[in-house]
Amino acid sequence: MKAIPSGRRPKHLTIGRIGMYCFILVCAIFFLMPLYVMVITSLKDMDEIRAANILNLPKELSFYSWPKAWSTACTGFVCEGLKPGFFNSIKITVPSVIVSVGLSAINGYALAFWRFRGAYFFFGLCMFGAFIPYQVMVYPLLKIEDALGIYSTLPGIILVHTIFGMPILTLIFRNFYASLPIDLFKAARIDGGNFIKIFFYVIIPMSAPITIVAVILQVTGIWNDFLLGLVFAGRDNQPMTVQLNNIVQVDYGVAEYNVDMSATILTSLVPLFVYFISGRWFVRGIAAGAIKG
Amino acid sequence: MPLFRNIASMIALLPMIVISLTVFVGCIIYSFVYSLTNSKLIPVFNYIGFDQYERLFKQRKWDVAVENIFIYGFVFTIGCLIIGFLLAVLIDQKIRGESLFRTIFLYPYAMSFVVTGLVWKWVLNPTFGLENSMHMWGFAWFELDWLVNRDLAIYAVCIAAVWQGAGFVMVLMLAGLRGIDEDIWKSLSIEGVAKWKSYIFVILPMLRPMVVTAVVLIAAGVVKVYDLILTLTSGGPGYATTTPALYVMENFFKRADLGQAFAASIIMFISVVCILAPWAFYEFYLRNKYAAN
Repeated sequence: MKAIPSGRRPKHLTIGRIGMYCFILVCAIFFLMPLYVMVITSLKDMDEIRAANILNLPKELSFYSWPKAWSTACTGFVCEGLKPGFFNSIKITVPSVIVSVGLSAINGYALAFWRFRGAYFFFGLCMFGAFIPYQVMVYPLLKIEDALGIYSTLPGIILVHTIFGMPILTLIFRNFYASLPIDLFKAARIDGGNFIKIFFYVIIPMSAPITIVAVILQVTGIWNDFLLGLVFAGRDNQPMTVQLNNIVQVDYGVAEYNVDMSATILTSLVPLFVYFISGRWFVRGIAAGAIKG
Repeated sequence: MPLFRNIASMIALLPMIVISLTVFVGCIIYSFVYSLTNSKLIPVFNYIGFDQYERLFKQRKWDVAVENIFIYGFVFTIGCLIIGFLLAVLIDQKIRGESLFRTIFLYPYAMSFVVTGLVWKWVLNPTFGLENSMHMWGFAWFELDWLVNRDLAIYAVCIAAVWQGAGFVMVLMLAGLRGIDEDIWKSLSIEGVAKWKSYIFVILPMLRPMVVTAVVLIAAGVVKVYDLILTLTSGGPGYATTTPALYVMENFFKRADLGQAFAASIIMFISVVCILAPWAFYEFYLRNKYAAN
């Protein structure tokens, strides 16, 4: 997305422009405030949190809440912090992203270049799936996975993420492939390429930009998922979001807000990292996900 | 589009076809069939007609859930659209630090609903949160007890949700604004139309596809809202902020009232279809018809 300047040339500072800057600054403060509160709360000790203003900077920095959130905070009866959740989330996210992006790329390729009768009917059905609330599908899907013997296992949750990621990913891959010059495909056909050969030698080398977009979309989406992890991952594979919620919502003992906030920051580090390093691509992912074919 | 009949393509699309039929279609049929039974802990086929639906509509809790989803849907959608559009317009004014502001407004979108809920729960904490800050600054009259106030708690959910989602609308709108032809701006300035008037009466109607896309995506997300409410208010105080999604999950996994949960989930599904059907009809039927003429 190139920033093409539009509108009139900027004028010198007028009352209107000053007002505009004020409004935009107020908005920026509103958007940044929770992040600010999160960070400074995690650096205070509990006495200061109880005594002082939530918006004040810490008088003295205390870092003990960070290691505690990472490795000793309690979720129910287990006191292992977020660490197991972090590794579970990685174990869930990496294969789910690979499987769902790979499968959707093939889907998009087949739909764009190798249409057969009825293919678009099923594609429509699949897109329709993107809008069905999870709550309608959770229980029956649980029964299906139970029958397959993978409910509450790692393959089980990976399958669920693949299923729910497929509609939107298939759409963006299809749209991308449909925008490629068709002559390229025809030339490959004349040269004797078949379905598999054309995919590996012609299509995959050209797919880098859309694959990056798809991967970003899936990494943040799966890392941030809560509901599916809660229902399908099982006790041993609980993702970080679920463990974070368990740590914060413990019913007994004294609430340690600094530990809660450290845990919250730790959980959002991966998507924030992806967001900050990918910037432009992240925005492209949003646009790609929003534009329908 | 070439129409090469190919068996490889059918095989490649088989997973998509199987998933669409078994999961997306199958789960809805399954839920509907069992919503006509009095299943409790396990699904048993014991036909009782539409009693579950009758029971559902008599529940005070369901009424509250439906009312909440309307409030939330309305405030969240309108809030995101207005703030998102305003921010996009302001950023489009060639302001200084444009990319910094864009980063600030969009970063919450990278955060999960779980994180959003927990952060706002802390910021709005009635004892230590912003209310306390204002008191410390001498504004003793300031009240911000939304999380413990039955009537206002749902608006706290809306604020958190707008904070998370407004950046998404901004990105969509900004993409639209950047796509507007320079000539339109030139002719508007020759005509001497005030800038705010041009935005509202000329540019906004031109962005209609973006607005429609944003509304549909937001609305489809509204019905699903679960993680945010669970972490921010847990549906409380009492059941003041419960939503259909929470109602369904509670009946599935806590109260072991499967028949009731299926009935509620089918109602959720029907409402999503009611939101999407006019849009899908317009997008895929009317537009093609006019395009053909």
